[in-house]
Amino acid sequence: MAKTIDQYFDDLRETRVWRSIFRSGTGSSTLKRALAIQQNVFLHLFSTKVRTRMLSFSATWYLGTLTLGTFFILIATGIPLMLYYHPSAPQAYADTKDLQFVVSSGMFLRNLHRWSAHCMVFLVFAHMFKVFYRGAYRTPREFNWVIGVILLLMTLLLSYTGYLLPWDQLAYWAITVGSNIASAVPLMGNKIHFLLLGGNAVNANALLRFYVLHCMILPLAAMFFVAIHFWRIRKDGGLYSHSSEPAILRAKALTAETTAEEAQ
Amino acid sequence: MADSKDFTAGVDSNAKKSPRRIVFITRRTSAQVKADTEDQIQTFPEVLFRAAIAIQVLATALVWIALLFNAPLEGLADPSHTPNPAKAPWYFLGLQEMLHYFPPVVAGVLVPGLVVMALIVIPYFKVNIEAEGLFLKDRQRRLRIFYLVATSLSVFLLFFKVYVALIPTLIMAGVMLLAAQSSPQSSSAFRRYLVARPLSYWVMTWFLFELVVLTAIGTFFRGPGWSWVWPWQGS
Repeated sequence: MAKTIDQYFDDLRETRVWRSIFRSGTGSSTLKRALAIQQNVFLHLFSTKVRTRMLSFSATWYLGTLTLGTFFILIATGIPLMLYYHPSAPQAYADTKDLQFVVSSGMFLRNLHRWSAHCMVFLVFAHMFKVFYRGAYRTPREFNWVIGVILLLMTLLLSYTGYLLPWDQLAYWAITVGSNIASAVPLMGNKIHFLLLGGNAVNANALLRFYVLHCMILPLAAMFFVAIHFWRIRKDGGLYSHSSEPAILRAKALTAETTAEEAQ
Repeated sequence: MADSKDFTAGVDSNAKKSPRRIVFITRRTSAQVKADTEDQIQTFPEVLFRAAIAIQVLATALVWIALLFNAPLEGLADPSHTPNPAKAPWYFLGLQEMLHYFPPVVAGVLVPGLVVMALIVIPYFKVNIEAEGLFLKDRQRRLRIFYLVATSLSVFLLFFKVYVALIPTLIMAGVMLLAAQSSPQSSSAFRRYLVARPLSYWVMTWFLFELVVLTAIGTFFRGPGWSWVWPWQGS
């Protein structure tokens, strides 16, 4: 009998090399499937089981998952974009022009990166409001909500720092308008403004600072907090659903017991 | 009597492997065991595959958008030539709209600072956890506070001529009044929904409403000198 693709995949997962890398082997038993999550350094951030009800679209609208998706797209398109880009004025603008007209698929890369970035900002906001309206910030998930707020700010900063990089009029004046707000901070506003831009106005220093923040510091920091964000979902008892909370369940079980006793 | 026993006893007899344990399972103390009956599903492969499909659908949509619409690119950055209006990225246009009415230290520092602080402390306030309908308890006192807050906020916005923020505030206040006038036994499902909304719901919904309205106005309705321009007028 001919083998199915699944069986070839199972054979692959039984090979010595695969086992040496991923540690867990094949099998569809609950144990094996739990191990597939638990024995993987990335996947072990997630719990091995999820309440079936939480998979329905209406429970989460998949907003967190989709935000992660945009983050992946942004990494995948951002790295090739970096290969064609010099963070210096006015070379940055020429590089962006080259991406538009010279580099093959450069236009597509830049488009995808930009629209995905806008999409990510939108999804992060949507995710926050959805979590709020479900009341999913309740104990013991308080701190994961706080991490979420940090991630919201990081997403805004990532998008904002990326906004300057094309070094066109749109970028230059958007960052000028935005960074002028920093000057309004009482007492040390001008110092913050200078620190942010590396000068008193948006210039080549600002471009370099925003480039380093955008391509290096902020993505690494975001990954760090995303990892904690996911891990806390597991540690805090999975995705929040009001009727599955221990206190609610306990109350329900007690009520059921009392009713049963009264019936006797 | 032996018949009235309501527990079972068990002894782990392998003393070499584990210390001796005696277990009493009574009817009263096993609530957690009974409660743990909800249907669960393995993360691998079901949940991971669903997540992958969701991401693929999104990626396909974004690829289509990227193929059809080009990212904007204007002329080379020129510090000596200021475009009018100079706009921040769209997610900051709500703030820029506020900057039009208030001094930068209020609109640019105080308001966003307070918003971030408010977001962070949400889960640490008991009022957000209990989630009871705002006007269900202590109705008269809460109505007085509501009138006081809504009126002072409206007068404040009117005084600074922030009509774009005043109108959503008045609409929200109207809906809250409707909630206050509704009863949990109302025949209308919408009114039953409104009356059960807690304070945190109203504050957050007002914030979301203002955020959407101000961002939309900053993006589509502001032209040279931050004057009001209809989207179809062009520039």
